Amino acid sequence: MRAPLRRLVALALPLMLALPSCSSSDGGSRTVTVFAAASLTEAFTTLGAEFEDGHPGVKVRFNFGSSATLAQQLVRGAPADVFAAASPATMKTVTDASLAGNPAVFARNRLEIAVPSADPGGVDELRDLADPKVKVALCAEQVPCGAAAAKALDAAGLDVTPVTLEQDVKAALTKVVLGEVDAALVYRTDVIAAGGKVKGIAFPEADQAVNDYPVAALKDAPSSALATEFVTLVLAEQGRTVLTEAGFEVP
Amino acid sequence: MRKRVPWMLALPAAAGFAFLVLPLAGLLVRAPWSTLPARLAEPQVLQALRLSLGTATAATAVCLLLGVPLAWVLARVEFRGRRLVRALITVPLVLPPVVGGVALLLVLGRNGLIGRHLDTWFGLTFPFTTAGVVLAQIFVALPFLVISVEGALRASDPRYEEAAATLGASRWTVFRRVTLPLIAPGVLAGAVLCWARALGEFGATITFAGNFPGRTQTMPLAVYLALETDPDAALVLSLVLLAVSLAVLAALRDRWIP
Repeated sequence: MRAPLRRLVALALPLMLALPSCSSSDGGSRTVTVFAAASLTEAFTTLGAEFEDGHPGVKVRFNFGSSATLAQQLVRGAPADVFAAASPATMKTVTDASLAGNPAVFARNRLEIAVPSADPGGVDELRDLADPKVKVALCAEQVPCGAAAAKALDAAGLDVTPVTLEQDVKAALTKVVLGEVDAALVYRTDVIAAGGKVKGIAFPEADQAVNDYPVAALKDAPSSALATEFVTLVLAEQGRTVLTEAGFEVP
Repeated sequence: MRKRVPWMLALPAAAGFAFLVLPLAGLLVRAPWSTLPARLAEPQVLQALRLSLGTATAATAVCLLLGVPLAWVLARVEFRGRRLVRALITVPLVLPPVVGGVALLLVLGRNGLIGRHLDTWFGLTFPFTTAGVVLAQIFVALPFLVISVEGALRASDPRYEEAAATLGASRWTVFRRVTLPLIAPGVLAGAVLCWARALGEFGATITFAGNFPGRTQTMPLAVYLALETDPDAALVLSLVLLAVSLAVLAALRDRWIP
């Protein structure tokens, strides 16, 4: 029994040591890695497919998440080619670390009130959210949708006590979809992405809290030519069409 | 006389230990020691810590009340489908906690299978309450307690229980006077595991109970949100959670657990 075991270990050890280098061997192949805000999931997935169609042999890999988390990952050295953020503040984290040059604003997103389609809280306008009987989910102020919500409520002079401060906009939306809250402040694009599961209510104070979405190719991009081409696509007519369909406003 | 430890065991043991301890060392090295006292004095830190300790302890108490009987049934009662029941109990161990949180919402949420009736009949809702935090922790921590208590029961000598029964003790009396004292160390070890798991609970809590300071924002949730904008604050919060849990676990181990 002992000899085969030892042979197995002898075989396995070099394999295990070699494993980490395997993944880097395809680094020279044509892949473009895009870090993008969670709210861009639908639009960028479509754009990624169009980019691959236009560039045979190229793969677009996405890392969708909270812009703040993505920015932290980039500062900590995560390898990526393009960063698209949901707020200038999160992009600034990356430009301050001299990881990217001049970001360009490619889209704007506007808040809406999302309510379950049955509207159990009887919410018609922003003022209704201040009613203590209405259960409201907001994003935490650390993430862009929460900062925008605070700005809009401030502009309306409303004091809203939410039941929860969610970690990202999709989590806030989920609480509405499941009917656990009567309303949440989310982006217009999220209401559209949820299909018929929630109802969106536009409100005038949203004008005061429009989110700019900047995009930039990263300086240390492993595939820098492709990174620039992807950014160009996002800013071009093709990108504008897809983003408008998803509910963004384009500059 | 000290015996030589075979290198085939010593090497992987040392590697395993290093793998577990190095990330902790990383936390300590990168911690913002100069601003630590000021950050600790922030009221939110204390609030989150108090909530974490309170909910984890409450969850452990409930787990003991429900888990010890459940482990006893699994270990001492023959019934059809026992293997299936045991497998089902371990489901929360393999389920991603976020999915556990969604499952809890589907059952106990305002529109959930049971939650709907609790709401209309008693006006009771669990999501976004401290009770919801405790429920989420129970869901993920109970299996740890059940598994370790069941292990202790299977390892204990059934002849003591049989002897007590031949002397006329009822099954309840045997459990209370013979079984429970016999497996006490196992129950405590299970309770400690259960408490530690409840203390670190994140996914099910943020999904089921949401996040609101003072009500449902436990330490792991505070750490996660701090990480979004202020990694230094997240490090401080992590250190506090680590220090407190290590202190409690070390105290318990020395005193009650062999």
